[in-house]
Amino acid sequence: MANDRTYDAIIVGGGHNGLVNGSYLAKAGLKTLVIERRHLVGGAAITEELYPGFSFTTFSYALSLLRPDIIHELELVKYGFKPLLMESTFAPMEDGNYLLLGQDHQANIAEIRRHSKHDADAYDQYSHDVNRVCRAIKPLLDNIPPDITSRDPEELVRMASLAQHMRDLEPRVLHNAVRLLTGSAADFLDDYFESEILKATLSSSGIIGTKVGPRSQGSGLVLLYHYMGEHDGDQSSWAFHKGGNGGFTQVLARAFQGFGGEISLESPVARVITSNGKATGVALEDGTEFSANIVVSALDPRRTFLELVDPRELPSDLVENINRFRFQGTSAKVNFALDGLPKFPALGDRADQFRGFTNIGPSLDYLERAFDDAKYGWYSQRPYIDACFQSTVDPDMAPPGKHVMSGFIQYAPYDLKGSDWDTEREKFGDTVQAVLESHFPGFGDLVLHREIVTPLDIERVVGLSEGNIFGGEFLAPQMFFFRPAPGWNQYRTPIEGYYQCGSGTHPGGCVMGAPGKLAASQILKDAKP
Amino acid sequence: MARHTPFHERTSVLNTTQLWSHWAGYLSAQRYQLSEKFEYFAVRNSAGMFDTSPLYKYRIHGRDAETFLGGLLTRDIRKCRPGHAQYTIWCDDDGYLIEDGVVIRQSETDFLLSAAEPNLAYFQDRIGRLDVTIDDISDEVAALALQGPKSREILTKLSPEIESLRYFQTIETKIGGAPVTVSRTGFTGDLGYEIWVENANALALWDAVADASDGYGVLPFGETALLMTRIEAGLVLIDVDFSSSRYAWTDADRTTPLELGLGWMLRSIDDNERPFIGRQAIRRELAAGSRWHLTGLLIDWKDWFNLYDRNGLVPPKDHLPGAYESILYDDAAEPVGYATSLMYSPMVQRHIAIARVLPELSTPGHQVNLEVTINHKWQQVKATTTQMPFYSPPHKTA
Repeated sequence: MANDRTYDAIIVGGGHNGLVNGSYLAKAGLKTLVIERRHLVGGAAITEELYPGFSFTTFSYALSLLRPDIIHELELVKYGFKPLLMESTFAPMEDGNYLLLGQDHQANIAEIRRHSKHDADAYDQYSHDVNRVCRAIKPLLDNIPPDITSRDPEELVRMASLAQHMRDLEPRVLHNAVRLLTGSAADFLDDYFESEILKATLSSSGIIGTKVGPRSQGSGLVLLYHYMGEHDGDQSSWAFHKGGNGGFTQVLARAFQGFGGEISLESPVARVITSNGKATGVALEDGTEFSANIVVSALDPRRTFLELVDPRELPSDLVENINRFRFQGTSAKVNFALDGLPKFPALGDRADQFRGFTNIGPSLDYLERAFDDAKYGWYSQRPYIDACFQSTVDPDMAPPGKHVMSGFIQYAPYDLKGSDWDTEREKFGDTVQAVLESHFPGFGDLVLHREIVTPLDIERVVGLSEGNIFGGEFLAPQMFFFRPAPGWNQYRTPIEGYYQCGSGTHPGGCVMGAPGKLAASQILKDAKP
Repeated sequence: MARHTPFHERTSVLNTTQLWSHWAGYLSAQRYQLSEKFEYFAVRNSAGMFDTSPLYKYRIHGRDAETFLGGLLTRDIRKCRPGHAQYTIWCDDDGYLIEDGVVIRQSETDFLLSAAEPNLAYFQDRIGRLDVTIDDISDEVAALALQGPKSREILTKLSPEIESLRYFQTIETKIGGAPVTVSRTGFTGDLGYEIWVENANALALWDAVADASDGYGVLPFGETALLMTRIEAGLVLIDVDFSSSRYAWTDADRTTPLELGLGWMLRSIDDNERPFIGRQAIRRELAAGSRWHLTGLLIDWKDWFNLYDRNGLVPPKDHLPGAYESILYDDAAEPVGYATSLMYSPMVQRHIAIARVLPELSTPGHQVNLEVTINHKWQQVKATTTQMPFYSPPHKTA
């Protein structure tokens, strides 16, 4: 059967959503092929040994929003699913003080009291209020959103049940949800807290991956998304998958193959083949053709609608919407191989503070100023850094006693005014390293290897347009009804048999898997005779 | 006043929480740091050090030691050759379990038996005219467990012979200059070792193991993390999953080896050459059938989620083992068993429980309903019987 290039379904792109989608289709009995351009699957969720003995999570670096039904329905435990615990968030301050929040509630309260007795009490209220919003919002992540443009009775029922869900919420929960979904993280946090370090630390999850500052409208939505992350039900902590997110996507690949799916690596796709408005297969750049009546793009909306197919085949309002869909990647990574763990002067020889996220963004002003630089077309001179010394959680990431650090950096806008990333890459790396040095004196002496990943590199290597880590900005006009475009938020496309399942579809980016899963349910429903 | 184990000089510094429980008169760390879950992951992903010194330890020796233990212990000690260890139990005349423990055979006539509860009087009273001496060396010998996938690599650096030590084998060797007995045993269901050492050498042993562990992400772990690992390993615990028949008030509170899933220990029960305490009762039970069978339970994750969601709650995923018993029902609301240990397992990614059910439900795949209390009401969640252990990585026995 080696030359049989006919499949029931072909997925273009072996990122986590492509693999989830393929797994569900294969599990349902479809002969399924995942086609990947690179030499490994995983997309932006990969782990690479870029320096001997050191494993880098080049791009995506933590796991928290993966939908629980995917874990069970795809039997991921059987294939090696192993989410380890990142236990804390450590936030160094510019005056040498710090905030360290972890797993122990009492200890957290005591720690916050060091900064504000008021906030220690308000923290519980805040957590409770946001948790209630999360419970209200989570079902939206796990269901296909209504098509706002449709008068189909099924869609009207969907709209009605959404309205019913909202109506059933307590007014306070509903109001908080709207405040978060439409407002700024800073405004929301200002209503609870007085401590700068606490507000800054909590607000930083409102800017991750997105071109907003903590005081921009819209940062509340991003905060809410990240707040829904968890490790095994623990809202305060996230997971680091064994072997990094590359370890996780290898689990997905094994599950996919376990369900009978096939993977074709190093196979760049040139286009989706269509005939009379129907998808019939996929053509690789080398001319190889595969046929299938179901073709799924796991790429972002720009590539799905403007590159894989001829946009002239599509309705012009859709093309217009996709053309103006915001990518504007603003995040970068600077990853390090280290000779040892850095030292934080106020904590002496202690190192347990590094067993989670190290959050460098000590005040709302600091974060907002970092954003200012990006607004005017440059990278932050004092960037926000979300660092993870991942070998403290998974010692197999580095040789004994050595460490690997993933550094998520913001802001680093895709378009630099008056220069380009190939010119600025090393200077940007130095800027980041200087911030680390200022908090951890002697950091530079520990560096064995440095890897700089700019938005341009993300686009070049992974293929995410403009390096946006969410496959398109997390902005209200691009979510839910409108992701990626009104009328096309249910994973279908105007081309029959051609579907979309990437992070540019509902509910969006992060290693959630929900787009892949929900798209599969739509595909399987459509395929029923 | 609670006593300190020989490792206390180290553990008291490492235990940053200063949370201790009281075990056999000794202070035993509940957890060393703010997150017991992080300690648990050290065991599952690297290795963890556990001070298991509070165990009662008996040196049983003399010409008739094998005969004595053969009559006392339910599992056939004759099958345990020198240099090996056995997980074993002892029962009363009615075939009810008194306790479980691990016995190490150091020579033909020399055994080291460890157990969680004191048994010296009970054992000594059964020596009779045999040539056997029992020394209670509980307070003279310390025990350090190193458990987890990296444990072999670490200990091999200290004593190369450990590399080839097989599951439940033991050797006499030296670590940190101190003579030690190393057994490839443990209570975590992972690759792991227990190291037995004279008190005077305990700190030297601890330091040597800690030094060799440097850079591997090894952590000391406390009782909470241990209890998590033992449930995943499907290992039963006295006073949680069963009571000692010596102190039970009713037979309902007593358990037989067959009811506790330990029937595999009874392979030589028909061998008339080895009478042992409880043998006839167990033979009768084998013929007549048991009241209960031990089983693992996998809680239906979706049903768990929906149940809490319907009640307006976020479904908890509590990794802390529940300190209560939950009744099991069939679909007709008839009680069919009870769960004794329930937790959310990070390795299995769902709630798991150790339970006893009616014999007809004991094979894997039967559905039962587990009682949980939500919003002050008894409610039920679906669960399926399954084989234990829940978690058994290949490296455990490899």
